[in-house]
Amino acid sequence: MSKPVLKINNVNKSFGGLQALRDINLKIEKGKVHAIIGPNGAGKSTLLNVLVGLLEPDSGSVTFNGGINVIGKSPHEINQMGLARVFQTPEIFPDLSLLENVMIPAFSKRDGPFHFQLFRSLASETKITQEAKEVLASVGMKAKADETAGSLSRGDKRRLEIAMCLAQEPRLLLLDEPTAGMARADTNNTIDLLKQIDEDRDITIAIIEHDMHVVFSLADRITVLSQGTPLVEDTPDKIKGHPKVQEAYLGEAA
Amino acid sequence: MKRLMNIFKKQSDLTTILVFAAGVLTMPIWLDPIGANYPDLLQKFVIFGIFAVGYNILFGLTGYLSFGHAVFLGVGSYTAVWSFKLFTMNVLPAMLFATLISGLIAAAIGFVSMRRSGIYFSILTLAFAQMFYNLAYSVLIPITNGETGLQLRMHDIRIIDNYFSDPLPGLPSTELFGMSMNGYSGFYFCAVVLILAFYVAMKIFRSPFGMKLKAIKSNQHRMRYVGSDTRPYLITAFIISGMFAGLAGALLAVTDPLAGAERMQWTASGEVILMTILGGVGTLFGPLIGVGVIKYLENIFSAINEAVLHNFFSFMPLWAENLLVAITVPFVGEGWHLTLGILFMIIIIFLPGGLMEGFQKIKKRYLTISMKDSESTTKQE
Repeated sequence: MSKPVLKINNVNKSFGGLQALRDINLKIEKGKVHAIIGPNGAGKSTLLNVLVGLLEPDSGSVTFNGGINVIGKSPHEINQMGLARVFQTPEIFPDLSLLENVMIPAFSKRDGPFHFQLFRSLASETKITQEAKEVLASVGMKAKADETAGSLSRGDKRRLEIAMCLAQEPRLLLLDEPTAGMARADTNNTIDLLKQIDEDRDITIAIIEHDMHVVFSLADRITVLSQGTPLVEDTPDKIKGHPKVQEAYLGEAA
Repeated sequence: MKRLMNIFKKQSDLTTILVFAAGVLTMPIWLDPIGANYPDLLQKFVIFGIFAVGYNILFGLTGYLSFGHAVFLGVGSYTAVWSFKLFTMNVLPAMLFATLISGLIAAAIGFVSMRRSGIYFSILTLAFAQMFYNLAYSVLIPITNGETGLQLRMHDIRIIDNYFSDPLPGLPSTELFGMSMNGYSGFYFCAVVLILAFYVAMKIFRSPFGMKLKAIKSNQHRMRYVGSDTRPYLITAFIISGMFAGLAGALLAVTDPLAGAERMQWTASGEVILMTILGGVGTLFGPLIGVGVIKYLENIFSAINEAVLHNFFSFMPLWAENLLVAITVPFVGEGWHLTLGILFMIIIIFLPGGLMEGFQKIKKRYLTISMKDSESTTKQE
């Protein structure tokens, strides 16, 4: 068994009388695509917000990369540890070119949270520029490198956002409903892209997702959340046939 | 025309700065035909140019709209005059002190104001500006000389100058190693400082640092989630633009060694915002064009009075002359801000990107026309 990249230990969180997360234990293993699914109100969003440091749990711990505590850290600190995040609505730099969109995360990775380099010329940053071009090429967007990102389609914005994360070579790529609000064709393109990334790179991916089609096409392991607690964790094939899961989730879809 | 357009294209650093330097230093020649070739106005062009170029580093790159940048202009002037009074009439120490002290005050104001963004940031800077104005006007009178303003006096100690030579009778004038800073020499000195300041701004615009500031303007939320701590970047941009403003304030005192609280009033902060937006926010040359247009029109319109208008419309019948004079008189002289307001509205409505956007549109149209021309000639062949 390989080392876990992210480890969640006995996490509890309640809002007033509502217990949103109950005794969550979860390990995301290196190199795997791990999906977290569950019906509405199962606690997916709360769990995500705990993972990225936006919410502090009432008890329990979240550790990253072999014991580094995540709780209470600010977004840029968590990113600097190696966790890159894709949002439900694509978050890109709409006023910058695609190439610049990918260069910025690469700069952040190299320079850290703050770097005072007023007079270095952009023209001399050949290494970062080259890397950014390669990342754009790997997601099939090389031809659009000089276009303004704000003018892209929804599906292409998602593609760019994933490229921005890849430019950082993250230890964990966290995707929050990556195909939410997308047309079928865009959804399938995004699935293909993520499959290809999983094949080409030694990368760990965590997906929080609602769409079953996406989850079963991509995941190596699936955790099913129900009413704030993990119901089962297993491979996609076993999850499909699991009676508890059928009852809690798939029942409504079938 | 085509050559002029090419200037605004992306150029290498060296070409840009050489073209810019040539343009600034030849201002007395090419501004002569429009009657703008006299030292007072030329000095204003370049000094407010430095102010606007610095302001653009904050507002143009990060999108943070400061309503308090006149504070640094005022602090720069006061510091420079104190340097003239206490140490020497040489302008270099005055400029150095002014830039440093403005930077320190910008660090303090920026540290507090940058806790908020958007409109709340603007309000905080406005509050600071009013505080500093009132401090200068009625509280720190021993330092600022209140309403009268800070001036040179006969019995100023001027340690360094008086150590080397006995004071001459009369008030001394500002100098750079013996060269007096009045008239054209004052203009050329300020012009050289503007060229250096512009070079610094251009390097920042074309650096990874500048690109990160643009990314913060575009999506600060995403910037945090790619691992950048945005606050130090923003505070740094605020300090740099404050230092540019302080330098401009010092040069105002270099060309006329006097500092008053009105220089810190919020209207002075508003003016630099108008200049930047009118010319084109976030472009290298835009703010300078804004400065040129506003300062030139101010110079023309504020000099016109009722008699001039009567003279201008005298070819008409008397009743029409009187009517037109009555209509136009509120827009000139003291009322020239009305004209500025109308001009500003027209630009914002039709060219939200400022005059630079206008140039770009003309360039585009010009290019499509010349492309059509070349197409038609190939067809004829």
